[in-house]
Amino acid sequence: MKYTEEHEWLRVEGDEVVVGITAHAAEQLGDVVFVELPDAGTTVSKDDEIVVIESVKAASDILAPLDGEITEVNEALVDEPSKVNDDPEGEAWFFKLKIEDMSALDDLMDEAAYKAFIG
Amino acid sequence: MSDLHRTPLYDLHVSLGAKMVPFAGYDMPVQYKLGVMKEHLHCRAAAGLFDVSHMGQVILRAPDPEAAKRALETLIPQDVLGLAEGRQRYGFFTNEAGGIEDDLMFANRGDHLYVVVNAACKDADVARMRAALEPDVTVKLLENRALLALQGPKAEAVLAEHHPMVAEMAFMDVATVPLAGAECWVSRSGYTGEDGFEISVPVAAAEDLAKALLAHDAVEAIGLGARDSLRLEAGLCLYGHDIDAQISPVEAGLTWAIQKSRRTGGDRQGGFPGDTRILGEMADGVARKRVGLLPEGRAPMREGTALFASADATAPVGTVTSGGFGPTVGTPVAMGYVDAEHAAVGTALFGEVRGKRLPVAVAKTPFAAPGFKR
Repeated sequence: MKYTEEHEWLRVEGDEVVVGITAHAAEQLGDVVFVELPDAGTTVSKDDEIVVIESVKAASDILAPLDGEITEVNEALVDEPSKVNDDPEGEAWFFKLKIEDMSALDDLMDEAAYKAFIG
Repeated sequence: MSDLHRTPLYDLHVSLGAKMVPFAGYDMPVQYKLGVMKEHLHCRAAAGLFDVSHMGQVILRAPDPEAAKRALETLIPQDVLGLAEGRQRYGFFTNEAGGIEDDLMFANRGDHLYVVVNAACKDADVARMRAALEPDVTVKLLENRALLALQGPKAEAVLAEHHPMVAEMAFMDVATVPLAGAECWVSRSGYTGEDGFEISVPVAAAEDLAKALLAHDAVEAIGLGARDSLRLEAGLCLYGHDIDAQISPVEAGLTWAIQKSRRTGGDRQGGFPGDTRILGEMADGVARKRVGLLPEGRAPMREGTALFASADATAPVGTVTSGGFGPTVGTPVAMGYVDAEHAAVGTALFGEVRGKRLPVAVAKTPFAAPGFKR
């Protein structure tokens, strides 16, 4: 697993990465009540705001971790946003991203670095 | 952060794992370990304990208690003289422009009046009362008492274990009740839409009482996050958001809290700040009104969301003043102000969220059925 400073996790599956938010992020957000996902097929650039997530407290965005194309989104989260709190690093993935340059993953944090990052 | 005040229950909040945030100058628990959603649902299903010690507790006293009542009537459009001993009323301080300076609860406790005001307004409220009422009436802000709220369908059963007389109290009754070995002032009221009690307790006994109540299986500590979603579902106004110094009580839909004796044709009509505007609006109507709003989709419409009459109208017809997710309703809920011609229940409007016009309907409040004990 790789991690961004925006508290996303990325799991590599072939030439795609599966992206979600970390348990730490889900806890900080509080109970998630709304998720708005991009359309599959969308081409995104790193740091584009592509997912809207609202908790009981506030709205926040999830940014594209890398350049690429959205190949699949997890529609189940739209109907059941609470999955983000129940299983943030498993069932509650947000989207799959096909990335051209797999070496860009090397710039992201590994688990030890992310743990140090969140203190 | 060091300049934030702490309530007498600060250490208890921290020991319960609360997430503390600054609120109205106090370091307050926004949520505990359960989180906002579960705290909200627990309060509606069983009982929740809230620390509201940041609010201002004020005593108004005069040699002749009737003089204190008459004096308070010069500041608020409520019937104070007609309030029986042992009873409480909701009210609001108005200004000369007919806006609301703060909302409050006041109780007739025999030889004095007991007033509870919002934390953010308490210094201004005390100054306002001192300027208008002293020296004939003494105005004392109490620093030696905490304020707890026990809310929910099991609140009566829980509190009655500490003293049976609370079960005899009706909605908006007030009484002096010994709890945790201290003289507490209890009212059957709250800010959640549920049955429950608000308990003024001496600081020295506050933590003991809170711990004794929390020891009951039915009771969980509830933070400000769920306090906000509970009151929003109940359709209750939050000062500074749904009511403020520009908004009149008539626009806010609070004329139910202006008793007949203070209205046009009443024994003591007018005689409060802004009476010309407020009584005029009661006769002639208002251009904008507070309404409940039910977004059709899942996206919450938060404070500041602009409301439009159609998907492509250019000029807004209103604004959301409080909005979020209603855990009991299971959908987003909101309230706000709309032009009077769009205020009828069922009117279809659009809220602009992140650049998109999303459907929202004007709706009746409360959104969740109230559980008051009448």
